[in-house]
Amino acid sequence: MTDTTDRVAPPPGAPRLTGFSALQLDTRLLGMIGAFAVICLAFHLASDGRFVTARNLFNLTIQTASVAIMATGMVFIIVTRHIDLSVGSILATCSAVMAMVQTVVMPDWMGLGLNHPLTAPIAIAVGIAVGIVIGAFHGWLVGYQGIPAFIVTLGGLLVWRNVAWYTTSGQTIGPLDRNFMTLGGINGTLGETGSWIAGLIAAAAALWALMAARRNKVSHDFPVKPIWAEAAVGAIVVGGILGFVALLNAYDVPERRLERMFEARGEVMPDGFTQGYGVPYSIVLLVLVAIAMTVVARRTRFGRYIFATGGNPDAAELSGIDTRMLTVKIFALMGALCAISAVVASARLANHSNDIGTLDELRVIAAAVIGGTALKGGVGTIHGAILGALIMQSLQSGMAMVGVDAPLQNIVVGSVLVVAVMIDIVYRKRTGARD
Amino acid sequence: MAQDMGPPLVELRNISIAFGGVRAVDDVSLTLHAGEVVGLLGHNGAGKSTLIKCLSGAYQRDAGEILIDGTPADIRSPADARRFNIETIYQTLALADNLDAPANLFLGRELTTRLGLVDDARMEAETRRIMARLNPNFRKINEPVSALSGGQRQSVAIARAVYFNARILIMDEPTAALGVHETKMVADLIGELKAQGLGIFLISHDTREMMALCDRVSVMKNGQMVGTERVEDVTEDDILSMIILGKNPRAAAA
Repeated sequence: MTDTTDRVAPPPGAPRLTGFSALQLDTRLLGMIGAFAVICLAFHLASDGRFVTARNLFNLTIQTASVAIMATGMVFIIVTRHIDLSVGSILATCSAVMAMVQTVVMPDWMGLGLNHPLTAPIAIAVGIAVGIVIGAFHGWLVGYQGIPAFIVTLGGLLVWRNVAWYTTSGQTIGPLDRNFMTLGGINGTLGETGSWIAGLIAAAAALWALMAARRNKVSHDFPVKPIWAEAAVGAIVVGGILGFVALLNAYDVPERRLERMFEARGEVMPDGFTQGYGVPYSIVLLVLVAIAMTVVARRTRFGRYIFATGGNPDAAELSGIDTRMLTVKIFALMGALCAISAVVASARLANHSNDIGTLDELRVIAAAVIGGTALKGGVGTIHGAILGALIMQSLQSGMAMVGVDAPLQNIVVGSVLVVAVMIDIVYRKRTGARD
Repeated sequence: MAQDMGPPLVELRNISIAFGGVRAVDDVSLTLHAGEVVGLLGHNGAGKSTLIKCLSGAYQRDAGEILIDGTPADIRSPADARRFNIETIYQTLALADNLDAPANLFLGRELTTRLGLVDDARMEAETRRIMARLNPNFRKINEPVSALSGGQRQSVAIARAVYFNARILIMDEPTAALGVHETKMVADLIGELKAQGLGIFLISHDTREMMALCDRVSVMKNGQMVGTERVEDVTEDDILSMIILGKNPRAAAA
């Protein structure tokens, strides 16, 4: 392959890409972003301009994190034609165990006292281990014993909710460890400078990934997008990342709180001093989970087998894939993600309460489904599920902000789920996809 | 054709398998040599597919032995069968409809990068290479196979078997869903693979096609082997009566 003159020429027969189609954007993704924009705009108008503010959008992102993290795992579950109704209860059990580790085991039994630096990492490790064990057990019942996932996790919904209750005797456990609580959102952020650094690193990584993908295609003589389209996509991605950082930086820490921080250091706050919160650790966590799950879905054998099994379980098995072990791994992964969500959720609330995660299974499933995960299996994306979670949360908090009555809120959210799936079915028929 | 030299490529010895009380395959023996095409005929439910699934690892036999090159082969799963270079093209094609052709071709045997991630670009390049040979009209490399025609789907399934250098190829009704042109293509391919020294088991209902493609035909009925004959020794009517009556006219005459 020494001749480099016409390496990127499309092979005969391949349609030439021109204009908008050359960008090769995911129209479903665009539709969801459009829907989110419409929701934001509508609530912004209805709330006299309170919705699209740095403060509200900051809160929206930290409220979304817990459900969004679990939704990425639910994508794999639904893609393989299963369902997990127990995620809210697993979250509660993990949260309960972690709360006990922080408030009883580490300070009293181990004699380390409150807020010891080892407490948070050990509590999180224990929580994730609990999540993995519960998930793997569900997966074993589904994969090896052949019990439908619906039944296993319906049972799990009751069992783990009440294991959590039993663990804490139904009490609210708190306050939690100080370091642990930094993962909840507002109590732990990268700060303005840190956020910009993280944003620039992320933007650079995204550009590098785009270029690497292009180079790889060129080296195999595959058709590639025109360079202007590649640059446009890169600009959109970088703009999105830095815009997001700018948004989170724009939400200023309240003056009173800053004053207290200065007082704690024995200083006096200069006049007119302001500081933005920046990117919360919980969002950093969500982004890392999203990247890891996307890599798993697209670039690993494990991910490939998940989608193959969802598309045709018999074919997967005849191809030598151990679909039973695969089921165990998928549910174990879901359990681990429930535990990570439990960290974020309980840290955000600053304590473990008995009803933590209640109805989260429905929010998580709805997020995945609104995000384009097909219940027939075989189809779904991680970024779609996260956007789905964001749309659900923005509806919920938007209605609360506008002052819609609680029962009406739930009626709307439920209806939106059904309508979203209906639109999806129509869309798939129009575009000719068979599933 | 070296049919009389050395042990057969595949020897199925006294294979039995039962589902519940039904003996789907009952004490059946069969051999296959390198460079030979053996056809399996019989009614639906005669046990052809079941017998062959014991060889491809999809089912586990209750009794009997499988010998590859004269040595016993322990085949308990599709992965085991693949280790013995046994490739199967199922009637249902066994494709994941939501994935594209390269993903299906390499399913379970993905090419990976040094980091252990799946190397889609290399798999696509390999797919283009083999498709250029098998079916030059094949263009929809990057679309889910659900968007392909019956013949195109078939060529993906065949490419999967051919790419991995099968020594033993099992084809379950490979032409059932195909048009005239595509059927001809499959027939040519069978001839080509046979010339390369593969052993091929072919399952079909089409007696005439079998007479044209096979060296020997075996007829099964109710899970039992009625008889195996070289195609030049029998007429189509002989085969039909074996299928229908379950008796071998030549054995009865002798």
